[in-house]
Amino acid sequence: MEDDAPVIYGLEFQARALTAQTAETDAIRFLVGTQSLKFDNQIHIIDFDDENNIINKNVLLHQAGEIWHIGASPADKAVLTTCYNKTSDSRVVSCAAVWRMPSDWETGSHESPDDSAHNPQTLELLCHLDDSAHSNAACVLWEPMGDGKRVISLADNHALLWDLQESSTQATVSSTATLEGKGQLKFTSGKWSPHHNCSQLATANDTAIRGWDLRTMSQIYCIENAHGQLVRDLDFNPNRQYYLASCGDDCKVKFWDVRNVQEPVKSLEEHSHWVWSVRYNHSHDQLVLTASSDSRLILSNMVSISSEPFGHLVDDEELSEGEDNHQEDKSKEPLKDSVVSTYEEHEDSVYAAEWSSADPWLFASLSYDGRLVINRVPRALKYRILL
Amino acid sequence: MTSSYSLFLFKRHRVHGMLKLYYGLNEEGKAEEQPESLDPCDINGPHFDPELFLNKLRRECSLAELMDQETCMVKQIRSLDSDMQTLVYENYNKFISATDTIRKMKNDFKKMEDEMDCLSANMAAITEFSARISGTLQDQHAQITKLSGVHTLLRKLQFLFELPARLNKCLELQAYAQAVRSHRRARCVLQQYSHLPSFKGIQDDCHAIMDKLAQELRQKFRDGGSSAKDLSECVELLLQLDEPAEELCDKFLSHAQSRLDTIPSPTSNTDILEFIDRGCNEFVSSLCLVITSYQELFINHAQKGELASKNIPQMANGKLNAFVDDLAARYFSLVERRIQEEKGVADNSLLVRALDRFHRRLQAVTKLLPGSAVPNQGTEIVIRAATERVKQYLSALQSFYMDSLTDVRQALATPRLPELLSSLSASILNQIKSVLASVHLFTAKDITFSNKPYFKGEFCSQGVRESLVVSFIKFVCQSSRQFCESAGDKGGSTPPALLLLLSRLCLDYETSTISYILTLTDEQFLVQHHSPVTPVTTLCAEAREAAQKLLNHYVKVQGLIISQMLRKSVETRDWVNTIEPRNVRAVMKRVVEDTTSIDVQVGLLYEEGVRKAHSSDSSKRTFSVYSSSRQQARYAASYTPSAPMDTNLLSNIHKLFSERIDIFSSVEFNKVSVMTGIIKISLKTFLECVRLRTFGRYGLQQIQVDCHYLQMYLWRFVSDENLVHFMLDEIVGSSAHRCLDPAPMEQSVIEVICERG
Repeated sequence: MEDDAPVIYGLEFQARALTAQTAETDAIRFLVGTQSLKFDNQIHIIDFDDENNIINKNVLLHQAGEIWHIGASPADKAVLTTCYNKTSDSRVVSCAAVWRMPSDWETGSHESPDDSAHNPQTLELLCHLDDSAHSNAACVLWEPMGDGKRVISLADNHALLWDLQESSTQATVSSTATLEGKGQLKFTSGKWSPHHNCSQLATANDTAIRGWDLRTMSQIYCIENAHGQLVRDLDFNPNRQYYLASCGDDCKVKFWDVRNVQEPVKSLEEHSHWVWSVRYNHSHDQLVLTASSDSRLILSNMVSISSEPFGHLVDDEELSEGEDNHQEDKSKEPLKDSVVSTYEEHEDSVYAAEWSSADPWLFASLSYDGRLVINRVPRALKYRILL
Repeated sequence: MTSSYSLFLFKRHRVHGMLKLYYGLNEEGKAEEQPESLDPCDINGPHFDPELFLNKLRRECSLAELMDQETCMVKQIRSLDSDMQTLVYENYNKFISATDTIRKMKNDFKKMEDEMDCLSANMAAITEFSARISGTLQDQHAQITKLSGVHTLLRKLQFLFELPARLNKCLELQAYAQAVRSHRRARCVLQQYSHLPSFKGIQDDCHAIMDKLAQELRQKFRDGGSSAKDLSECVELLLQLDEPAEELCDKFLSHAQSRLDTIPSPTSNTDILEFIDRGCNEFVSSLCLVITSYQELFINHAQKGELASKNIPQMANGKLNAFVDDLAARYFSLVERRIQEEKGVADNSLLVRALDRFHRRLQAVTKLLPGSAVPNQGTEIVIRAATERVKQYLSALQSFYMDSLTDVRQALATPRLPELLSSLSASILNQIKSVLASVHLFTAKDITFSNKPYFKGEFCSQGVRESLVVSFIKFVCQSSRQFCESAGDKGGSTPPALLLLLSRLCLDYETSTISYILTLTDEQFLVQHHSPVTPVTTLCAEAREAAQKLLNHYVKVQGLIISQMLRKSVETRDWVNTIEPRNVRAVMKRVVEDTTSIDVQVGLLYEEGVRKAHSSDSSKRTFSVYSSSRQQARYAASYTPSAPMDTNLLSNIHKLFSERIDIFSSVEFNKVSVMTGIIKISLKTFLECVRLRTFGRYGLQQIQVDCHYLQMYLWRFVSDENLVHFMLDEIVGSSAHRCLDPAPMEQSVIEVICERG
């Protein structure tokens, strides 16, 4: 039952942006966007060969600027969005755009993998997600499980809902929501809820978390002071529609039931510095991944607030005779929330972590120094959840 | 004188001894005789043989010695002769006086004999006279006896005939006792002779009168206005008149009850002692009176008389017990209500004295009614009151603690933290002591209930030790922890200085105060632990945990305050289009000032702690080495466009050799560790903020200046200055990375700017 060693991949540049290729469900594939002020930035397409434990990479150039956020279309494998910083005339501007990967990036890499680094292909720009009134995009969110026609961009204190038309080459703002209040408010992060027919959005600004109804573009709930410090990231429980995880600069990860926002359902304080990213496993929502600038990645098993609080309900028929007693013993064990594992392969702050969209037991994490680490859920836990 | 006297005595003794020997009187032990008898040459021995002696002398001695021997012997013989003469003379004298005495006795006896003869003659004459008189008087005597018998009979008859009239008169005069007494005397006789018509008439009359009397008595009994003494008299008479005892018992008790019903109701304006006093005086004493008279009437009295056979004592006892229990229950509920109203904890002695009196008075009931449950119930009330009291003391202690914390909070502005700490801990300790002293009253020797097993054992260990002292200590830890939790989300509603103070307080508790308090308690109450009690170590661990948590929280709060300043300063500035740095930004000076004041604050309460040895002039030399060699090398690497990997490589290699830094980690209980924690948090925030920005050339240079300034002042606060070096290095490195035009400032210029301030 020994677990496989983590696989490490090093990028030449510093990097913050990481996503799984959402539309790809066969191959384990991650996209990483780099941050460099002096060189052309790149998008690394990381393919992980699970059987041989080998990483294949392909590099696409993203010449527009350093990438702060990256999102893959849920419908079209080749389409992605980035938020990037453009510097011109000693001014720094944050922009967002929809891109298409060149269709032959894959074949090219197979022929001459060594050349790909030296002569990378360039992304094809589909459209900008900016209009004159709204700039400084913090992140772009695809409609979960949608047809790749709708995205939301968070820019300063506006949430813009875009309709992509004509193969995503045209984007028009269909509706906007504006966060109003004292001072200069700015969205830091957000998440499009996969529940309620994808009609809800959650955003974070400073220490507050807000929920929005996309049909009316109005606020539906607000968790003031969700964290003691800045809220860094959010994620929706994929199976329980009212459950939301958040993390922030108070080193905590909190789980909320948005129907009752007075108190978090649960609060974890395992990290020793700011938590930058929190992600539910797509299929087994008790598994929660958190990445922190204490250079650690933590995998927690939050059984008590998952959709399977009593473990996997096993049909009697599925059990063979011999396993019967063994199984009963297991189900009697109290299910406790616990930290499954702490991953310390990173040397620098870990700003992003993502589950693979193809293999529910596999995840990648990215630290600032450009190190990408691919890990698996420990086998013992995996079997305990499955059996 | 004495010596000559003793010599004389000795001589006398020897002389006597020799005389005895001469006369064959041997009173000395025979054992002495044995050695003497063997030597025939011993002149004093009984086996002395003169011939042998002479021969021996002649053989052995010279002429001169023989002469001496002879003179010596002559002398001895002479003295022996004179001694013998003296003795003979003394014996003769004694013999003479004895003869005289015997002669005198003979004369006296003769006189006595004559007188005795005269006496016996007189006695014979008297006997004769006496016989003659009795013979003459015999007939008259028999007659007198008969007459006197008739007289008594007549008197009795007269009594009987006069009885109805007499009874009537008694009835008129209300001398019921006398009437009953008279009737009782006559009753048997009347019963016996009731077949005679005249007696029958008398009996009927008597019956009628007695019925009337009984009626009247019952009426009186029922009216109930009379005193207890009258009542008991009534009952006694009725019992004698064969009234049914059970009914009487009931009536008596109901009457008593109506009188006892006027129990004082608890009015809160009278104090508890007065209330209990009144209760005892009015209720308990009249209850005792009722019990005594009841027992006197129905139990003791009945046992003597013919009623005993009818099982009346048992019946009466049962009734009495039920009656007492019922009344006592009502009284107890009143007392309990009143005790519950006693909330103020100012003066415990009043309550204890009241309870003592209450308990003491109930002992009287125990003596009267040995099987009654009343005293036990009373003891239970006392126990409940005591435990309730302990609870009140606990809550009083808790509110005292919270109040003193509020006071401390207001006084925090003054910089005298150690004084505040000592006064806080002293006042808490004093309060605990005074509470212990108050509670101790419950177990004082002169309190009657203090020797009950509850007060000896469970009250001390469970009541005082566990639910008072231990609970309070736990409360202190608990409330301290709450300061960390409640303040965490709202961003420090508790002033940091209070956190620091409480942390020190908890630590002091861990090291000494807890064990002191518990020892004090154990000594004062002589606690014998029958049931398991919380050990000191558990409490200490809890206190230490609380102290640790508080201190960690303090570090976090202070770190966040400084972080917030740094973050604002980085986020709100346009780093690309900034001007060339002329001086250190004001916010850095603020950071150093705040850090210094935190250092002073922590230094007031915590010891210095150990730091790694640093060079004599760390601020300058180390930094110049660090910036000129290593940092320059790093910049040089990052400027060469051909090798973008090198920067990562260098930084990674550096990280390989340095330990991972935990930012929000536990700190130790000393100043250096606390300061290290705060500085770590601040610098890490600085780093993360820098990484989110883009810098122009002068932006980078400003960061360089700021970092150098921080370097100059912060190294002295931390345990390992390399840590500050490393983190500042990271900051400068990261900003260089994030710089569009990375042209670092000359080290000498940086130094000049920083020294200018």
